Amino acid sequence: MATKAQSRMTPLKLFSYTFVALWLIIAAFPFFWTFWGSFKVQADFLSKADWRNALYGANTIAQTGSAFTAEAYRGAWIDEEFWFNFKNTGIVVFFTVVISLTFGTLGGYALARSGFRYAFWILMAALVFRAMPHITLVSGYLLPFFEWNVWGIQPTTIIVLVAINQPFTLWMLHSFFKNIPKDMDESAMVDGCTRFQAFRYVIVPVMWPGVITTGLFSFLLAYNDFTVAAMLLSEENETIIPAINSFMGTTQVEGKVMYAVAAVVSTVAPLFVLILFFQRQIVSGLTAGAVKG
Amino acid sequence: MKHRTFFWFILPTLSAMILFIAMPIVSVFVQSLFVAHEQVLVVSESCGPFGCTPTTSVDLEATEKLREEAPLGRFNGLGTYFNRSHLAIAEIGEAWANSDSLGAFWSQIYNLPFYNALIFTLTYTFVVTPAVLVLGLAIAVGVNNLPRALKGPSIFISLLPFLVTPLVGSLILFWMVDGDGVIGATIQKIFNDPSLSLKASTALTWIMLIVYGIWHTLPFSFITFYAGLQTVPDDTLEAAQIDGASKWQTMIHVVVPHLMPLVSFVTLMLIMDNLRVFEPIVSFSAEAHARSLSWVIFNDLRESGNPLYASAGATSLLTIIIVIFLMMPVLVRTWRDFTRKSH
Repeated sequence: MATKAQSRMTPLKLFSYTFVALWLIIAAFPFFWTFWGSFKVQADFLSKADWRNALYGANTIAQTGSAFTAEAYRGAWIDEEFWFNFKNTGIVVFFTVVISLTFGTLGGYALARSGFRYAFWILMAALVFRAMPHITLVSGYLLPFFEWNVWGIQPTTIIVLVAINQPFTLWMLHSFFKNIPKDMDESAMVDGCTRFQAFRYVIVPVMWPGVITTGLFSFLLAYNDFTVAAMLLSEENETIIPAINSFMGTTQVEGKVMYAVAAVVSTVAPLFVLILFFQRQIVSGLTAGAVKG
Repeated sequence: MKHRTFFWFILPTLSAMILFIAMPIVSVFVQSLFVAHEQVLVVSESCGPFGCTPTTSVDLEATEKLREEAPLGRFNGLGTYFNRSHLAIAEIGEAWANSDSLGAFWSQIYNLPFYNALIFTLTYTFVVTPAVLVLGLAIAVGVNNLPRALKGPSIFISLLPFLVTPLVGSLILFWMVDGDGVIGATIQKIFNDPSLSLKASTALTWIMLIVYGIWHTLPFSFITFYAGLQTVPDDTLEAAQIDGASKWQTMIHVVVPHLMPLVSFVTLMLIMDNLRVFEPIVSFSAEAHARSLSWVIFNDLRESGNPLYASAGATSLLTIIIVIFLMMPVLVRTWRDFTRKSH
């Protein structure tokens, strides 16, 4: 209920509005600029002479006859076969999310229901593992993976991403299962269910909101991963993020920079859609560990 | 829950973590103790009409055989840890003895690869983290005051920089601050210096990376604090108002203390994520002026044709020790909380 005193415009309030507006511009402008520029030629997108070229596309009109061109997308998706990297990412992301959720739900449920001291130590270890920079782990993988001849293939990367994802998944699902009343599965067990049956028939039907939220973050980790995929996948299995990086290495030639721009926009687009549909879940997931304590 | 059932439930996740997180740390340690084999040299005498000259050549076959037999290389103990590329104990001692001022000593330290990366990583972490905490709180308060209809869209817009992977996010910014990009070209015009480039000086590169870091992580602290603000009890706010507290006083004495547990959570998350700063350096191609610990490891592993596993392993292990050291306060506190709860 806003009283008159609360809705009055004070200098402090004006300052905070301006501040928020400024942040929103800083947050959104780079994306808008890159999206708009991806339909231009390089001379416009990176125009030293006049930044307005990127808006109106003077060189784009001169070169292609129209103010917008999908040339960059054609080059990235067809010439550079970016669709292929997207397919690889799809496979890696799908299996990583499914496997880490399966492992995470079982483990998170067990941790939430066990009052023993070792459950706490597992959570502590997970917290420490969560803090490890991924590259430090990757440097430990390379030699054994070469030795066992499993370097470069997708299953290796999937299982590594699942493992790296586990600490986070465990913490999140653990705090989620803690909020599901113990009485539910315990009464099922009094009625003669085993622990697993109680989990299967009582907990599984009510766990989906938490699992979806956790799944979103598993998705983001796998989709956005650069370190693991860049070091562990051979060229034919490359996912999108390392592919964009190798674009940058090889395509500093005139015109090819736009391929990387188009690839970047194509990479951000699915995330944009994801936020559009799952904003509430993402926000609740970000704060899950914090607000509930 | 019985120990037995607990074991079966936890088995998949625990074995994944042991195999692919705990074991690699052991593997990193083992490989840091070895260095690559030296090439096997054979000395043969080639005799001509004017006498004999000894020539040295590499015995490729024997070298290959040696590598095959012991792929880790030869044992080097802790040697790698103390060499010039890592802790550089000898070099530091020398620098201490030879430099006449603290500044000269400092600049010598700065030129050692490990300390150079450490200094950047810590500077980045401890500039970005407090900045993000303060700015995030300010934005959260601002958005909380907005009319209801504007709150959702502002959160939507704010989420993008955070959810986009660092490599892509920093590329987007890189194209803008590049000499030909919109911000880079404008800055050149303002200072009327066409050669001015954000990439050309160390200070500007650091600032650019730190600005990127703030842009990327700000949404996280903003959203957490915003969620926390929803839980501030109205009664307390009203009581403060009745007692005559101004908006600013209410903020400092009521809201901030209420959010304190969140601040420590956000700080922990931010420190963990900022310490692994790596992708922006790749995207901005900033390695000439700024190297982080993660970048140094990546570079060792990428060393074309001849990855420096020992060096990467030693840096990795030192990094892990630093990370655990910085997390110690939080770990100890969580442990205390737990023991208090269980008694």
